[in-house]
Amino acid sequence: MTDTSSRENHLLITLDVNGEQHEILVEPRRTLVDVLRHDLGLTGTHVGCEHGICGACTVLADGKPVRACLMFAAQAEGTALRTVESLGDGCGGLGDLQQSFTEHHALQCGFCTPGFLMLAEGFLAECPDPEPDEIREVVAANLCRCTGYQPIAEAIGHCAARRLKEK
Amino acid sequence: MSPTAPHPAPAPHGTHGSPEGDRLVGRSVRRREDPRLLTGRGRFVDDIALPGMLHAQFVRSTVAHARIAELDLDGIREVPGVVAVFDAADLGLADIAARLDRPLHEFVPTDMPILARDRVRYVGEPLAIVVARDAYAAEDGIEAAKVRYDILPPVVSDTAALAPGAPLVHDAAARNTLVDVAMFATEGIDDVFAAAPCVVEVHTTTGRQNALPLETRGAVAAWDAKEDQLVLHTCTQTPHQVRTVAAACLGLDERAVRVVVPDMGGGFGQKCVVGREEIAAAAAALRLGRPVKWIEDRKDALTASFLAREQRYDVRAAFAADGTILALDADVVCDMGAYSCYPFTAGIEPLMASAEMPSVYKVPAYRVRGRAVTTNKAPTAPYRGVSRPQYVMVVERLMERAARELGIDAVEIRRRNVITEFPYTGVNNITYDPGSYLESLDLCAKVLHDEGWYAAKEQAAAEGRHLGIGYSCFSERTGYGSTAFAARKMQVVPGFDISEVRMDTTGALTVTTGTQNHGQSHETTMAQIVADELHVDLGKVRIHQGDTERITYGWGTFASRSIVVGGSAVQRAAAKLGAKLVALGAHLMDAKPEDAELGAGCVRLRAEPERTVSYERIAEAAYLRSNLLPDGIEPGLSATASFDVFDDGTFSNATHGVVVELHEGTGRVEILRYVCVEDCGVAVNPQVVEGQCRGGIAQGIAGALFEQITYDAQGEPSATSFMDYKVPTAWEIPDVAIHHLETPCLFTTTGAKGAGEGGTIGAPAAVLNAVNDALAPTGVELDSTPITPETVQRALESRP
Repeated sequence: MTDTSSRENHLLITLDVNGEQHEILVEPRRTLVDVLRHDLGLTGTHVGCEHGICGACTVLADGKPVRACLMFAAQAEGTALRTVESLGDGCGGLGDLQQSFTEHHALQCGFCTPGFLMLAEGFLAECPDPEPDEIREVVAANLCRCTGYQPIAEAIGHCAARRLKEK
Repeated sequence: MSPTAPHPAPAPHGTHGSPEGDRLVGRSVRRREDPRLLTGRGRFVDDIALPGMLHAQFVRSTVAHARIAELDLDGIREVPGVVAVFDAADLGLADIAARLDRPLHEFVPTDMPILARDRVRYVGEPLAIVVARDAYAAEDGIEAAKVRYDILPPVVSDTAALAPGAPLVHDAAARNTLVDVAMFATEGIDDVFAAAPCVVEVHTTTGRQNALPLETRGAVAAWDAKEDQLVLHTCTQTPHQVRTVAAACLGLDERAVRVVVPDMGGGFGQKCVVGREEIAAAAAALRLGRPVKWIEDRKDALTASFLAREQRYDVRAAFAADGTILALDADVVCDMGAYSCYPFTAGIEPLMASAEMPSVYKVPAYRVRGRAVTTNKAPTAPYRGVSRPQYVMVVERLMERAARELGIDAVEIRRRNVITEFPYTGVNNITYDPGSYLESLDLCAKVLHDEGWYAAKEQAAAEGRHLGIGYSCFSERTGYGSTAFAARKMQVVPGFDISEVRMDTTGALTVTTGTQNHGQSHETTMAQIVADELHVDLGKVRIHQGDTERITYGWGTFASRSIVVGGSAVQRAAAKLGAKLVALGAHLMDAKPEDAELGAGCVRLRAEPERTVSYERIAEAAYLRSNLLPDGIEPGLSATASFDVFDDGTFSNATHGVVVELHEGTGRVEILRYVCVEDCGVAVNPQVVEGQCRGGIAQGIAGALFEQITYDAQGEPSATSFMDYKVPTAWEIPDVAIHHLETPCLFTTTGAKGAGEGGTIGAPAAVLNAVNDALAPTGVELDSTPITPETVQRALESRP
């Protein structure tokens, strides 16, 4: 039996996640989401389908939402990655987007939630004053089995409105 | 009865509670689950990593029906990273045996092996467990399996299963029939049909679906040498039942199995039955002396987990000329797939449909035959609604068809038939507690009228567009107690729940319940109930679930039982602790217990309410200064109580009204408006109830319009990814307007009824009726789901 931990088949990569640099040795086939979750311990990002449809694994790469199940970790070198663990008020409390989600009951089981949060975070950065139809279109990128989507769309819209007001 | 007033403003996260008089039940308190789930600090089963942990995947059958001629696993052992592989013979586990107490002509017992032994019965059936250093290597290992099959002819539909001379899925089950019950043959029912001025028929099939929790199934099993115990972390809705089966299959004392449930990413019924893979993972962990994790991938979840919903109804109903229903005669066949599920058995669906089909209507004569057939498809589990989405669809079709034949308005014919006087004991021997069947129907119709949808429909017709309006009126039995499940003749009878409420020396409360949250917000709603009972801040209450070592016993969460049964057990335990607090508090004030009562976080004297003793002081006495305790009062502050429902449960009800537009050319069904008027008694947390409604409706729409697992003639499943199984997104699921009515439950202290499944139950019927209303000019009527674009387009093209 050959030893899979032999370094020959592995790549030494550096990932920039939530502002921290991580040097890791990975198999070339190892997906970004598995590295985030199982090698870096950032288990907030979830895996729902492993084929890019459900969006539970959505993270930001250089500010843009990407499916972390569809990327090899090695492909993410050189991009600034952000996961759900980076959201928040910086003191362990909820950020405004998260606050809006809880106010609107935009999560039930919470499994898809980190994906929706990162999707919305990327979207609102690019489109700070969205129309309801634009929000609906973005929300349609990911799957949720609990909420019926309406509260998620409302939460994102409400967060956008609050940010605009506070500007 | 009228709609409830607007909900009071939400309270923030659990930090502020309710002082006395300011009740939390009935308020949309912010969910206490949310902060961790929003910050990535939830802990789901795949987030668990134990030292030395290995990863398992399964070699699965690639054919639907065969004898296993040869299972060669040697190649797997050569794959780098693979640590071990076990087949059925290696593990020697007992089968999972689900039973009904019924004679053989009504129920044929079949067992589900943990790993297939000599025969496979569906594509995806597990043959061997591969354990490897990581999940990648485990999947590499699967590729190296060599299996030689002696192919048997597959049975891939209910009609094929029942055909004379059909191959047998289980040798013991003649005609592939696992359950066959005939019930309620009202005397003279044939004469009623013969004499009736109007007899309508509906022939319905509903597609096979996947309940589809976004988190697939999974488990982490490890032996805890210190406790001399297997610890099985698994995402289940029924932890104690998993413990029972795990102990039985593994040959362990039940004491030696601890089931722990982490955060769960949904379940919807798929996770309320015991899965063979979680037991196999546990067996592998015991064999290897190392923790083993199994996480189901999406392909396995779609093809090889528990599926749901595939049923056939051939039903006729007799009506009087004025639209009064006279009789209902039904034949129900449920395609349960390859095995009976534990603990419910293959009887779960036909027995539900047979017992409850008369629905919200005064049906004077009823006859039903309910059957469960076995086929070479993945087995089924209960899925949110359990047969009710189907039979409600059938009964609501019958109503609309009779209305059309008799020239009566579709709402009016329902008005003439719904139960209006309660309690009402039906022809099915079920007693219905008070509800708002007529009121919900009238309000829903009024909303659609007032919003101008009837005018819009006429306008659209004038423009050559196809708008339709449809309704469903239904109830949902919630809080099934042990007598209700015993009536189904289950050998393992769910029903009661046990709760413990414990106060620590700081006055903080630890509450256990045997229910199992997987999205329903129990950590919030159950805490609201306790906080009210003991007049404490919500922040003082912590709800604990999902650990068989910590929870005395419970039946988990399914059948919309949690707030009714679990909530009542929690409330009773809290009340019992309250009585002890009063006794102790009174003693500390040199008063008699009968002269004292609970105040806000204290015990006070009834006659002098300013004289109080705080919970903290009472708790100090109970634990740290027990020398202060009076004779006859034991140290410590905890109370345990149980609750069961000994009558027919409590019925929530609702009416759904839907407006659709059918798009010519594509056959697309667009939902323009969705109105839900629901009544689940007192809503403990209205925002949570609305969430249950919306989410349920989305799943009902999914079944009505989009989702279906199909099989080819060889029994090969065609939906193996989300590219082939259309889960609706925010584009397809509309906003839902929810109106509340409130007919309190008479036997729960809160007045709450269950609210978990109604949305899913009502949506398919309302959508189908709306589509048929839009198709009325074509003369085509559809009775089955999913309603595909192709069906709709063909119907539109067929119009004269």
